[in-house]
Amino acid sequence: MSRRGDFLSLCVRNTPRTLFVLLLALAIPLAPAMAAAPQTSVNAVEAEVMCPICGTLLELAESPQAQRERVLVKRLVAEGKTEAEVKDALVAQYGPAVLALPRGSGFDLSAYLAPAIAFVVAAAALALGVLRWRRAAKPPGPGATPAASGPQGEDAERLDADLARYDL
Amino acid sequence: MSVRAFLAFLAVCAVIGLLAFGLLSKGEAKIAVGDPVPDRELPVLGGSGQGSIADYRGRWVLVNLWASWCIPCRQEAPVLDRFARRYRKRNVSVLGINVQDNSDDALAFVREYDVRYPQLRSIGDERSAAFGSTGVPENFLVDPRGRLALIWRGPVNRSFLEQRVAPIVEGHS
Repeated sequence: MSRRGDFLSLCVRNTPRTLFVLLLALAIPLAPAMAAAPQTSVNAVEAEVMCPICGTLLELAESPQAQRERVLVKRLVAEGKTEAEVKDALVAQYGPAVLALPRGSGFDLSAYLAPAIAFVVAAAALALGVLRWRRAAKPPGPGATPAASGPQGEDAERLDADLARYDL
Repeated sequence: MSVRAFLAFLAVCAVIGLLAFGLLSKGEAKIAVGDPVPDRELPVLGGSGQGSIADYRGRWVLVNLWASWCIPCRQEAPVLDRFARRYRKRNVSVLGINVQDNSDDALAFVREYDVRYPQLRSIGDERSAAFGSTGVPENFLVDPRGRLALIWRGPVNRSFLEQRVAPIVEGHS
């Protein structure tokens, strides 16, 4: 049998082991590429974090501090960190003020809840107001005494007299 | 007072309270010569453990707030390092507090300028706010009892250290 035949028969006899070796051979060159594959972009992060000194979004800032922060963001993105991991690293370096949006937990959650609660309260107040207004504007029932409209008594007589005077 | 009036009163109080909180929380600390130095435990830059200005109680301490991206800090660091070495045996220390910076850049700065005096690191601008800082660098001379003896909001140079700082520490140490 040829050398090639020997090799093939060896592979067939040890199928699981051969498969493992093949997978390993494929995985080795892929692993570093996968690890370093960007999970987010510098632009996406820059739009959601602040330059704490400038008081503006990092994407709008050009101060020396912003430039250093941008270098750090680029490095973290190139290392394959996700957006959340990049933000965590920035918070560890610059403090929570670096985040442009409040986090959705703890006291910061109130930033999202307060407008929602205010909206619900305002909608309820509006609905209540409309109900009251409609109830007040409702015409009286058939048994109800019609409300007096127009002048009464002496006023009515004077009005009639005035109208008669101008009657053509 | 009717329930409606009471609720309206509560709502007005809440709005005024929120406005007051917003204004007060944005205010920067005001410090003056003679005040106790603002202090708290901070991580040691590039090392383990914590440190504070209080660790130097009994000595004069020149506290230097700095950041690696700050250009005047680059000119100031070697001057401060020479001052620290010259006055070490005269009961004077220089203590750097790195602010508004990231630790890798800060460590690279320390290596590049061969800064030997101790360094602490403040994450974010919490310490800058405590010192009422308006930028970097800023320098604060603290007396052996932990009170501010000199506030200098800007970089120092050799002549400043000789003419303003040295007379104070030599006169009292």
